[in-house]
Amino acid sequence: MTAPLVIFFVLAALAVFGAVSLILQRHPIHSALSLIVVMVALAGLYLLMGAEFVAAVQIIVYGGAIMVLFIFVIMLLNAGLEERTNFSRLATYAGIPLALAVSGLIAAAIVRSGGHLPAPAPSGALTSTKTLSMLLFTEFVYPFELTSFLILVAILGAIVLAQREN
Amino acid sequence: MNEFLTHYAFLIVPIIKIAILVFLVLTVDAYLTWLERKVIAHIQARWGPYRVGPHGLLQPLADGVKFIFKEDPMPAGVDKIAYFLAPFLTLMLALTSLAVIPFGPQRFTIWGYETHVGIADVNISLLVLFAITALAVYGVALAGWASNSKYSLLGGLRSSAQMISYELALTLSVVGVLLIAGDFSLRGIVEQQAQSGKGLVSWNIFPQIIGFLCFFTAAIAETNRVPFDLPEAESELVAGFHTEYASMKFAMFFIAEYTSMITVSCLCTILFFGGWLSPFPVSWTFTQFLPSVLLIPFGLWVIFDGIRYETIFGRVLLPGVGIALLALGGALLAYPVVNGYIQGPFWFFAKVFVFLFVYIWMRGTLPRFRYDQLMSFGWKFLLPVSIANVVLTSVAILIWGRH
Amino acid sequence: MVPTNYYLILSAILFGLGIVGFVFKRNIITLFMAIELMLNAVNLAFVAFSQSLGKPDGEVFVLFVIVVAAAEAAVGLGIIILTARNRHSLNVERVDLLKL
Repeated sequence: MTAPLVIFFVLAALAVFGAVSLILQRHPIHSALSLIVVMVALAGLYLLMGAEFVAAVQIIVYGGAIMVLFIFVIMLLNAGLEERTNFSRLATYAGIPLALAVSGLIAAAIVRSGGHLPAPAPSGALTSTKTLSMLLFTEFVYPFELTSFLILVAILGAIVLAQREN
Repeated sequence: MNEFLTHYAFLIVPIIKIAILVFLVLTVDAYLTWLERKVIAHIQARWGPYRVGPHGLLQPLADGVKFIFKEDPMPAGVDKIAYFLAPFLTLMLALTSLAVIPFGPQRFTIWGYETHVGIADVNISLLVLFAITALAVYGVALAGWASNSKYSLLGGLRSSAQMISYELALTLSVVGVLLIAGDFSLRGIVEQQAQSGKGLVSWNIFPQIIGFLCFFTAAIAETNRVPFDLPEAESELVAGFHTEYASMKFAMFFIAEYTSMITVSCLCTILFFGGWLSPFPVSWTFTQFLPSVLLIPFGLWVIFDGIRYETIFGRVLLPGVGIALLALGGALLAYPVVNGYIQGPFWFFAKVFVFLFVYIWMRGTLPRFRYDQLMSFGWKFLLPVSIANVVLTSVAILIWGRH
Repeated sequence: MVPTNYYLILSAILFGLGIVGFVFKRNIITLFMAIELMLNAVNLAFVAFSQSLGKPDGEVFVLFVIVVAAAEAAVGLGIIILTARNRHSLNVERVDLLKL
């Protein structure tokens, strides 16, 4: 039981716990807090794999901006507890195990076919920011410019959508 | 025993360092409140606390005892998870941000474990600090919302909107420094400033004066201090997002605010003012004795001030402290080797102290912004200036290379 | 070292949980958060493959996924605010004007 394995299991348990809590909580703000826990756990996993820049960007952008947006919207819309559902019992009692069985199937397929991949960060290899930025500005410069345009469109769209009728 | 220590040194040494740092930071926080009250009082032509102990030096102790013994009520109708989580989250994030700051240049080996002066030496310490700043918004937003009170909700939303707006300017104003240093780690940034060895003129403040001003302004807005403290000011919105918090939880918000002040001051010195570098060029080695030489007149002053103090307790304590300072200065002069080791931390803490003093000075002098002025200043002025700073720095590096 | 399969299995589990959340929750905002959970699971798989094969291309793509998720969250929450204002409820089952 080496140290990286222990850390992996702790972070993975935290991520799964957060995801389950997202589904089971009744108030949207508690779900949002669980999702933040999942994101921080995933950032920890990225660090474990040696992708330090991606881990930092995950926390700064996902955890520090997108989730703040979610929490603002929940607070402003005064979202209350979820109403009691009249969902069919069959869907709940048969559906959830089926969904989990599907994920288990995917996982089993992965294990059986991709078992020969080398481990991530085999010798503590860190992906430096310099490597990422070289790629980003040479090979991937076209998607880079496109995504910046996409963000501009999204900002304009959000402003137009959220305006009050005058 | 020795084998156990060597085997687990990678775990034990950081724990010891964390314990020392937390103890130091909490003490500095407490005396920062004392310093703030004294300085603001003297700016406003009155004395600050002066009854509790000589010169009011035991006032933070009295405040701490008060916080412990005060009742900690929980209002009805609060959201229990968020109400309990918010102060803990804020305090935890504020204290964690101190883990990646390097306090001195030395690397030393304890029990076979090579370490440095600071808790964690990561490649991306600056990014870690930004990540923690980004998460700090949650403490404020959750505190405001969970308190089930209109004042708190409005104060919390305003404060978190302000923090998000200035976070952009904060991160962009540092990009100029990153371009010059070429490294995300704070240690690397200081070492890049140390390269020419010329002391004051090689610090990052001179190429990056706009960046420094943007950073400092945005950082004051991030820590919710005057002139940007509308969400928590005493005469607006009752007390903003921490209206409904009493004793221990309020103390946690309080400590978190002062700790983030200390973190911002440490960041300012590391990024722009050379961190632990002395302002004198490295070739002037006689300036190494400056700290010990300064201790002696300081000790003498404390003794003379203490002898004529009013209370008997002061007349005993202050000269005792003065004599201890004199002895320390004498010991340092007698063993010159030690001076090399204390240079780094001494200059670091001196510069941090200057920034903290500037923070407190601004609180005593400036009026506060109105909320719409605050937001328009952040978005319409500070953000474009930070972006312009990045562009100018890039052009300058293209033309003149990396100095 | 942690084998790559462990990361991929974790990614599959998180994706499955995201699907379960998406199908069974009633509040629009929670639905949206389940979508973000699915995107995160995919990101984990991307980074695991990228580090395992030694090419940083996967991590660059993760940055793009994060950016697209941010844009989608902004616009999606704008739509949610409008829907909540018009239907006066955050329950997905109330948005059923087109139902037969």
